[in-house]
Amino acid sequence: MTDASTTPGAAAPAAPKSSLLQLDARVRRRNASEARFRAYGVAAVSIGLIFLLLLLVAIVRNGVPAFTQTFITIPVELKADKLDKNGNRDLEEIKKVSTFGYKPLIIEAMAATLAGNGIESPFAKEKDLEKMVSASAAAQIRDFVIANPDRIGETVEFRVLASSRVDGYMKGRVVREDLARDKNLDAEHLDVTDALYDAGVLKREFNWDFVLGADASESRPEQAGIGVSMLGSFFMMLVVLALALPIGVAASIYLEEFAPKNRWTDLIEVNISNLAAVPSIVFGILGLAVFIQFAHLPQSAPLVGGLVLTLMTLPTIIISTRASLKAVPPSIRDAALGVGASKMQSVFHHVLPLAMPGILTGTIIGLAQALGETAPLLLIGMVGYIASNYPDGVASGFLDPNSAMPAQIYEWAKRADPAYYERAWGGIIILLVFLMTMNIIAIILRRRFERRW
Amino acid sequence: MSALWILFIVLALAAIGYILGRSRAMASAGGDARHLHSLPAYYGYNAAFSVLVPALGLLVAWLILQPMVIQNVVSDVIPQQEYADAGALNLIMSDVRRVAEGLDLAVAQGALTADQAATLRTESTNVRESLGQVGVALGSDVQAYVLSAAQEYRTLNATGNMIRTILVLLLAVAGLAFAYMRTNKDFRARNVVEKVVLSLLIFAASIAILTTIGIVLSLVFNTLEFFKLYPWTDFFFGLTWAPSFGGGSELGIIPLFWGTFYISIIALAVAVPIGLFAAVYLSEYASPAVRSFAKPLLEVLAGIPTIVYGLFALLTVGPALVSIFGPQGFDWMGGSRAVMTAGIVMGIMLIPFVSSLSDDIINSVPQAMRDGSLGLGATKSETIKQVVLPAALPGIVGAILLAASRAIGETMIVVLGAGAAARLSLNPFEAMTTVTAKIVSQLTGDADFASPEALVAFALGMTLFVITLGLNIFALWIVRKYREQYE
Repeated sequence: MTDASTTPGAAAPAAPKSSLLQLDARVRRRNASEARFRAYGVAAVSIGLIFLLLLLVAIVRNGVPAFTQTFITIPVELKADKLDKNGNRDLEEIKKVSTFGYKPLIIEAMAATLAGNGIESPFAKEKDLEKMVSASAAAQIRDFVIANPDRIGETVEFRVLASSRVDGYMKGRVVREDLARDKNLDAEHLDVTDALYDAGVLKREFNWDFVLGADASESRPEQAGIGVSMLGSFFMMLVVLALALPIGVAASIYLEEFAPKNRWTDLIEVNISNLAAVPSIVFGILGLAVFIQFAHLPQSAPLVGGLVLTLMTLPTIIISTRASLKAVPPSIRDAALGVGASKMQSVFHHVLPLAMPGILTGTIIGLAQALGETAPLLLIGMVGYIASNYPDGVASGFLDPNSAMPAQIYEWAKRADPAYYERAWGGIIILLVFLMTMNIIAIILRRRFERRW
Repeated sequence: MSALWILFIVLALAAIGYILGRSRAMASAGGDARHLHSLPAYYGYNAAFSVLVPALGLLVAWLILQPMVIQNVVSDVIPQQEYADAGALNLIMSDVRRVAEGLDLAVAQGALTADQAATLRTESTNVRESLGQVGVALGSDVQAYVLSAAQEYRTLNATGNMIRTILVLLLAVAGLAFAYMRTNKDFRARNVVEKVVLSLLIFAASIAILTTIGIVLSLVFNTLEFFKLYPWTDFFFGLTWAPSFGGGSELGIIPLFWGTFYISIIALAVAVPIGLFAAVYLSEYASPAVRSFAKPLLEVLAGIPTIVYGLFALLTVGPALVSIFGPQGFDWMGGSRAVMTAGIVMGIMLIPFVSSLSDDIINSVPQAMRDGSLGLGATKSETIKQVVLPAALPGIVGAILLAASRAIGETMIVVLGAGAAARLSLNPFEAMTTVTAKIVSQLTGDADFASPEALVAFALGMTLFVITLGLNIFALWIVRKYREQYE
C-alpha cells in the first residue's frame, strides 16, 4: 500500500522524484499516526501505573502516622484518701471508685509535670489540662491500682496517651488555624504541648496498641486498634479454609475427572461460572436471609461471615483447581490405570498430589480475595459493632460478635473524626501487608513447585 | 452435650472403626493381605465412613431443623393478641431467645439453680434485674408470656439436645457395628468406599447449585413479601426514593438506577480507553522487559480490596476534585462525594479488568493475520486498527460488558464515594446514590425485616442479580456467537 507501488512502471518516468527513500506527505502522515497510536498506548500504561502510584502514596502517606502515637509520661500520686477512703485496701471498695474518681489525680499529675519542667500553666483553671490527656488514661490508672492495691499512696510514673487533638497537632493534622472552631482544644494547649515536647515528657512513639488493640468508642480515636478485628478476620479465614478448600477440591475433582457429560453437569458448570460473577453484596443478602433470618445463627459472628465468604470464594477456588487438574497430563492417569489402579486411586494417589501446588496457589488467592471483601460483611452485621473485647476462646472466637479488618476500616471511615481517617488508612496498610504476604506465598509456591509438562 | 463434643466422639469412634475394620479384615485373611479382596486400609475406611457419614449427616440435619421446630412450637405459646404480624412475632421471639439464653447463663454461673430457672415467675421476681446481674441486658421488663415461652424454649431445647446426643451416638455405634459385622476377607471394601467417596464428590459439586438456589429463593421470597406491602408499579416506575421508617415511604427505583448507570458510564469511560490502549500497547508494542514489569503492576490494581478504593475516593480523589471543581475553582461541586468521584475511582479499579481480558483476546488473534497485513505494507497501528481489533472485537465487547456488570455490582466505592441522596440529575459533580449503596443502607442496623423499608433491599438485590446475571450471560453469548474460529 505504499505510494511507490501504486502506479508501477508508468509512474516512474512521469514522477522521477518519487522514491521509497523519500518521505512524501502521505507517508509522513501515516508515520505520524503510527507514532501517535503508540504514544496513546504508552500514555494508557503510564496513566494506569500513575494511578497505582498515587494510590500507594496516598495509603502510605496517610496511613503511616497511625502507627505512632503521642504519649505523655506523668507522675501520678495515687492518693489514699481518694482511692481508698477507709484505708483498709479492700479490693471491693477500691473497685467502687469509678474512672471519674481518677480524673483529679491526672489533672494534678499534669499540673505537677508542668511545674516540674518549669512550664507556666497558661490556664485559669487546672481542669483545662485534662483535655490534653486521653480519656483512656483514667481507666489505665484504675486498672493499675486494682492490680496493685499496695501501691496506693505512692507516686507512680504512667505513660498515658495524649488526646487525639494533641496527637493530631504533633502529626501536623491539627493546625493552629483550625482551633477557632474547635471546642476541644485551645491555642494554649498547643503551647503547653510544644513546651512538654521540648522537655521530653511528651513523645511520639511506635504504638503497638494500634496493631494489637481493641476498637474504642467514637470519642477516643487515640485508643482504637485493629487487633480484635484482626482476630475476627482470622477466625473467618479459618472457616473459609476449612470449608472452601475441601468442598472446592472435591467439586473440581468430580467435574474434571468423573462427571459424565450430561445436562446436570452442564448446569453445574454454567452455575459456577455465573456465581463467580455475582456481585458480592448479593452473597451478603444470601447470608442475611439464610444464615441469620432462617437458620438463626448469631449476627456479626465470624462463623456466619466465614460461611458467606466460603460461598463467595468457592467458584474462584473451583475454577483454579480445575485448571490445575487439567494441567496434569493424561499419561499420568493412563499409567496408573495401566498398572491396575482404580479410577479413584489414580486420581487421589497421582493426579491430586501433582496438582496440589496449583490448587494451593488458587486457594491462597481465593483467601486473599475473601480477606479483603467488605460488602457482604456489612449485611450480616459486622459493621457498627464496636470490636472492643477479645474473644475468650476458640468457640467464642467463632460465635461471639466481632468485626473483621475491612469492616473495621469501613467503620472508621464512617466516623467523621479525621483522627479516625488516619486509623482507617493505617488499617489499610495492615490489610495490604497481609494480602501481599499471601500473594507472595502463592507466587513462591507456583514458582517453586509448579511443573511444566 | 454440646454439638462440638458429639463431633469429637463421632470422630473418635470413626478412628476406632478404622483400626477395628482393618484388623478384623486382616484376621479373617489369616494375617496375609494377599487373601483380601481390597487393600487392608479400605476395610478401615469402610468402617470409618459408616460411622461418620450417617452420624454427621443426622447431626447437621438436627442442628438445622431443631431451632425451626422449636421456633414453631414456642410461637404457639405466645398469645395471638400480643402481636399484629409476622414482624412483631419475630421481635417477640428474639426476646424469648434472649431471655432463654440469659436463664442458661444464670444457671451456668450459679446465680440460679436449674429448678429456679424453670419455675421463675414474673410476679415473684424481677427477671430483668436478675438477668442483668449475670450480664444479660434486656431492653424492657420481661412479660409473663415471654418468660413462660422462654422456659418452654429451654425445656424443648434441653430435650432436643438430649435426644440428639443419644440418636447421633447410637447411629455412630450402629454404623460401626454394621461395618464390623460385614468385614471379612471377601467383602468388596474398595468398591463400597469408592462409591461413598464419589457421592461425597457429587454432593460437593452440587453446593454450587444449592448456593444459586439459596440466592434465588432468599431474593424471591422476600421480594414477593415486599410487593405484597408495596405495589410493584410504584417500585419500578417511581421517580422518588424517600424511605422513612415511620411509614409513607416512596420507594421508586429509577433514581437509584440512574445513579448506578451514570457512575458505571463514567467508570467505563475511564477504564475502557485506558484499559484497551494499555492492552494493545502491552501485547503489540511493548518489549518483553516492559511487559513483564508493567502487566503485573497493572494487575496489582485488581488485587486491591474495594474498601481501599472506597477510602481513596472519599479521602483523596473527592477532596482533590473539590479543590478543582469546588467553590474555590469552577464551583460545580458541593461536596467531595459525587458521581464523578465514585466513577473515576471505579474506573481505576476496572482498568486491569479490561486490560487483562482484552490482552488475552488480542493475543489469541493468530500471528498470520498480522503478518499478512504487515506484508501488504500496512503500518503496525494500521494493522492493529484494521485487522487485529476487528478480529478481537467480540471478545473485547464481552470484556467491556463483564466490566460493566462489575461496575453495577460494586458496593464499597459507591457507599463511601457517591453519597446517600437519591437524585435524578445530569450534573456529574452532584452526589447520587446507587442500588448497591441503598441495599447496604436499608439492611444495616435494623433487625426488623418485616417493614417495606427493609424488604425493599431484597427487591433491589433481586433487580441487581437479574441485571448482572443478564449482562454476564449476554457477554458470554456474544463472545461465543461472534468468535472468529481460526485454523
